[in-house]
Amino acid sequence: MELVRRLRAGLPEDGGGASFLVILAAVAVAVPVLNLAVPASSPFHVSTFVLTLVGKYLCYALLALAVDFVWGFCGILSLGHAAFFALGGYAMGMYLMRQIGTRGVYGNPILPDFMVFLNWKELPWFWLGFDQLWFALLMMALVPAALAFVFGWLAFRSRVTGVYLSIMTQALSYALLLAFFRNDMGFGGNNGFTDFKEIAGFDVQQDSTRTVLLVVTAVALAAAYLACRAIVGSRAGRVIRAIRDAESRTRFLGYRVESYQLWVFVFSAIMAGVAGALYVPQVGIINPSEFAPINSIEVVIWVAVGGRGTLYGAAAGAVLVNYAKTFFTGALPEVWLYALGALFILVTLFLPRGIVGIVPARMAAK
Amino acid sequence: MNRSIAAEPGPRLRAGLWREMREAATRRAPPQLLGKILYIENLTVSFDGFKALNALTLYVDPDELRCIIGPNGAGKTTMMDVITGKTRPDTGSVWFGRNIDLLSLSEPEIAQAGIGRKFQKPSVFEHLTVFENLELALAGDKSFWKTLLARLAPEDHDRIDEVLAVIGLATDRRAPGGTLSHGQKQWLEIGMLLMQQPELLLIDEPVAGMTPLETERTAELLLSLAGKHSVVVVEHDMEFVRSIAGRVTVLHEGSVLAEGDMNAVQNDQRVIEVYLGS
Repeated sequence: MELVRRLRAGLPEDGGGASFLVILAAVAVAVPVLNLAVPASSPFHVSTFVLTLVGKYLCYALLALAVDFVWGFCGILSLGHAAFFALGGYAMGMYLMRQIGTRGVYGNPILPDFMVFLNWKELPWFWLGFDQLWFALLMMALVPAALAFVFGWLAFRSRVTGVYLSIMTQALSYALLLAFFRNDMGFGGNNGFTDFKEIAGFDVQQDSTRTVLLVVTAVALAAAYLACRAIVGSRAGRVIRAIRDAESRTRFLGYRVESYQLWVFVFSAIMAGVAGALYVPQVGIINPSEFAPINSIEVVIWVAVGGRGTLYGAAAGAVLVNYAKTFFTGALPEVWLYALGALFILVTLFLPRGIVGIVPARMAAK
Repeated sequence: MNRSIAAEPGPRLRAGLWREMREAATRRAPPQLLGKILYIENLTVSFDGFKALNALTLYVDPDELRCIIGPNGAGKTTMMDVITGKTRPDTGSVWFGRNIDLLSLSEPEIAQAGIGRKFQKPSVFEHLTVFENLELALAGDKSFWKTLLARLAPEDHDRIDEVLAVIGLATDRRAPGGTLSHGQKQWLEIGMLLMQQPELLLIDEPVAGMTPLETERTAELLLSLAGKHSVVVVEHDMEFVRSIAGRVTVLHEGSVLAEGDMNAVQNDQRVIEVYLGS
């Protein structure tokens, strides 16, 4: 407790944010230790399944953070962030596919299995460079950023906002879903990529590799959180909130609103892309269903449940809702979608500030 | 004090200035019209056939306090919308000084050029504090990358403190804008205008919904601004207009019906018919 208090004192921010970072650090230390150092017979042992699950939740938390940043602070309700997530995932997936090499079914050293199956003779140009991890890491950020830039530039310059923008982001995601389903796009069609072997020379199935991936995800989440905090706390962050609350007033003060919206959108897309890239090696598969419009809507529910406009609330909401999803889809699969819908309605009606909205009230009461 | 645009061109506008001045002087403005801060000529705006502005011609002098009155639908707010770039006219021209063609600029560019606007409905940033509201209105580079790293300089702090004192909100500096009373929001918005340091302030119904005491203080505030800025006030409240205005322009059906001091305007037969007499 003393440690928590000291860490809190050292961080120039609200209690919720500091608690979030402390919990995140604790998870990033405890889960790997309990998985690797504690024998499987011990009741404290964390299984590989749980380890992977936690890693997956952290990726979702990063995605939720990205959505909260555009929606909670700039008022842009994006219903297409799953597309940026999936593009980041595909960038990582392409790298992982090229790492398979001769261990594939057809044993082709250059071409992934699905290309051999389709009778392709050589690697398409857009696959060049993906045998290098640094290139894949660059692309996981650059491709979502480029798409967000082009889309945002067109949309914000034409002052498309509100529900129209949301619908367009859904359409964007759906168009990519259809495109990635096509075999001749060169991304494995509806099977996508799977059966990965190694990442940076380490076996992706190994517990130790999974542990490192979990820690890297936790670090990425913390870094993204701090970056968001820094932006939100700057004067630009106040302009962003001003745009959310009174867009035309901001314009009459001399701010080019569309440029602010554009950079916020691009930065958010990069975070979503990173989340997707970290997700793929941990779950071991990426296919076009990641682009499904419903996925983007689910992210918005995570953010609303956790607490819009708080950043850490979005991350907490992502973990909680996905934990509930894991539980329900195992125990009562037919109930899950109803439960999700009911949760969204109840939170909107009774907890407009989300789950984290009730925590400060309780702490103040103590 | 000469604060007209032509005398003090910004560096961005210096190029081609003399040519434009000469052209403007010979082509557009009769000699007696040189030296205005705002030239509105032959402005027509129609919405679905309804002419909100009908060949409106209006000039505003530097450092003048001008009141614009007129019945509902006379085109007062539409005129402000055109000046600030929100609405594009069908025909006509709007020049800020003799060098800046406002019709070719976007809203942020017009604000940067030196025109501030207060809306009819008080619109402050409700989730930002009074201090932050003023900070955002601070004149300066307003691009994303600049504001990302911007820090308040000591003189900016002083400037904000100064404006807080002028608008009487010094003790509420940490209060969120949304918690202010209606009158305080109106003042905060005027304060935001002052932070922009505009040449020309456009103020739409500043005393709507204010108590008599607040109205009186607002009149003092506006009077103290004239002389340092050009101020154009649109207002319904006749008492208020009489208490502040030197010159009054009456709009009716999108064009100027009468112009002059309050007494002359009030005794004008046409004005009495359409507005004051009713």
